[in-house]
Amino acid sequence: MVGPKRILVACGTAIATSTVVAKALEEALKEHGIDITTRQCKASEVRSLAGDVDLIVTTTPVPDNLGVPVIHTLAFLTGIGKEDAIEQIIAELKN
Amino acid sequence: MSKAILRLLEPQGILLNVEAKDSSEIIRQLGRKLYESGYVKESFIDAAINRENRLPTGLPLSGGFNAAIPHTDIEHVKKPALALATLKTPIPFRNMAFPSETVEVSLVFLLALEQPKAQIEMLQEIAGVLQAPIVVSALMKATNYKEVTEALKKD
Repeated sequence: MVGPKRILVACGTAIATSTVVAKALEEALKEHGIDITTRQCKASEVRSLAGDVDLIVTTTPVPDNLGVPVIHTLAFLTGIGKEDAIEQIIAELKN
Repeated sequence: MSKAILRLLEPQGILLNVEAKDSSEIIRQLGRKLYESGYVKESFIDAAINRENRLPTGLPLSGGFNAAIPHTDIEHVKKPALALATLKTPIPFRNMAFPSETVEVSLVFLLALEQPKAQIEMLQEIAGVLQAPIVVSALMKATNYKEVTEALKKD
């Protein structure tokens, strides 16, 4: 039995933007019938947490070569490109 | 709409149609208002400027005006609050997701956050404002507190 996909939501200092993005992500994916769990972290913590998740969604630069797909987007804050970002995320989660 | 924003927006911390020479200066101007009104410690101003330099908050929006949401760590905050500036001439801030790019910003929200989860409502409302070009344009046209509150109630 495969559980909900795990998404790591990163921003600059793990307050403000990742809180909003995580919620918006959960709601958007729920509308598409996809259950996820999210965890928020600072950009500096991403490398140590990457191993436990299926995907990283971030509003801020993060290191390369984390071994997990990374999507850089402001779409869940500004609304611009939100549908594209959701499609991209769904595609990554299907892999 | 925008109830939490209106609750936390400090009337003394609203600077409309102002000029500033760069992102540090407008953060300083807004930060000073929050300090004088007792919401933040003196350390908040430099901390917010430093954070903006390290982790920029420029956000390109649709609709012709871009925004920035500078903020810093909660240790510099005494009481949560929000200060807002509309800029007569846009100022470059670096793009939050792509910091090598700059964004010409006209609307600045300076956030004094005490606990991220406690202010999630305000943060979500700010995201809502950013996603509503009608509200952003109305804010850019506002000339006084009343017009700011009316703009924030549009949705």
